[in-house]
Amino acid sequence: MIPPKFVYRRAGSAEEALSLVAEYGDDAKLIAGGHSLLPLMKLRLAQPEVLVDIGRVRELSYIRGEADHIAIGALTRYHDLEHSELLAEELPLLAHASGRVGDPQVRHRGTIGGSIAHGDAASDVPAVVLALDGTLVVSGPSGVREIPSGEFFHGPFETALEPEELLTEIRLPRPASSSWAFQKLTSRAIDWAVVAVAVQGRSVGLVNMGSTPLRATAVERALADGAAIPDAAAQAAEGTSPFPDRNASTAYRQHLARVLTRRALEEAGSRA
Amino acid sequence: MNVTITVNGEKTSHEVEDRTLLVHHLRDAVGLTATNIGCDTSTCGSCTVLLNGESVKSCTVLAAQVDGDEIQTLEGLTGEDGEMDAVQNAFQQKHALQCGFCTPGMVMAATSLLRENPDPTEDEIRMALKGNLCRCTGYHNIVQAILTAAEDAR
Repeated sequence: MIPPKFVYRRAGSAEEALSLVAEYGDDAKLIAGGHSLLPLMKLRLAQPEVLVDIGRVRELSYIRGEADHIAIGALTRYHDLEHSELLAEELPLLAHASGRVGDPQVRHRGTIGGSIAHGDAASDVPAVVLALDGTLVVSGPSGVREIPSGEFFHGPFETALEPEELLTEIRLPRPASSSWAFQKLTSRAIDWAVVAVAVQGRSVGLVNMGSTPLRATAVERALADGAAIPDAAAQAAEGTSPFPDRNASTAYRQHLARVLTRRALEEAGSRA
Repeated sequence: MNVTITVNGEKTSHEVEDRTLLVHHLRDAVGLTATNIGCDTSTCGSCTVLLNGESVKSCTVLAAQVDGDEIQTLEGLTGEDGEMDAVQNAFQQKHALQCGFCTPGMVMAATSLLRENPDPTEDEIRMALKGNLCRCTGYHNIVQAILTAAEDAR
């Protein structure tokens, strides 16, 4: 399959990327690793007239320890997150989950910012960033703004990003609790998660349990009220309406959310 | 647009449509046909090549995206005298291919793995190959071949 025709433009810097998306507006789509976008283009589910390639914007590929948070450039690849010593030390949940995405070939191309900006509820990293209370730093024509991850994901493939904006950095506060776990069920090893659960302390993020990545707020409330893990995990599907597909019905996804949340909380507890 | 890529150490330069996929570019313009097109959906891994030394699926990369980069294909592993490299040799010695369609991608994925992790465990090899499908289901000998290639390199 060959994607439909488009005009390719390469941006050498974040500034150039912003001026290119300002020039082309709604007709343009940013491409980083392209491992979500190119498959959609092959299927004609996305047909941008202009692709602005930001894959070479090296200034947006970094992992830095700041005073109260870890700053990650939006174009940092899964491969780099997986093998980062800083993350292994400070945010092992993100390093581990990144190493479970797709396969090595995908992780050599795919970026954290690309995944978040794409806004696919079946992606692992958005739910991890949500569970870590991350903040998304966005540049646009009117300057820089910071968006809490809880307000970023609006619907299926819909985010708070405007067409002329560029996600530049993901800020993750150093977690108060060192306990973490990531539980993911896939059909085949390389598949997207049927359901996955990310736990950091008492924060619980859910993958593929609705139209956006979610926090399991009922579980978090129960844990805060002192509930035992099995009782708290039993509420993991509360308020969710995951889509049925060939891998799982809505009811099976809800079952998986409860089981994987229990396992994740137990695993996290063993690391505390 | 004009795309200049160093393929197996040789500089190539072609005028391509912006939407040209790297796998088509390598096969049709550069003329190297070892890299196979399998699923065309970044699942099967038969189109795996090395981009700046790391494995990627060339059906999901635009030729334009790698303008200025280095690509290595299966053809580039063979020495000037036609001698196979350690991974290719191990695949032959361990009978790690049946129909052979997945083999170019398997060998390139294995080459990338051994560069990142020269001494992998069997489990690590299996995890590293999860993006490469063998429809003959000949995985066991493929894993044995990669273990052997790693041993030979020591």
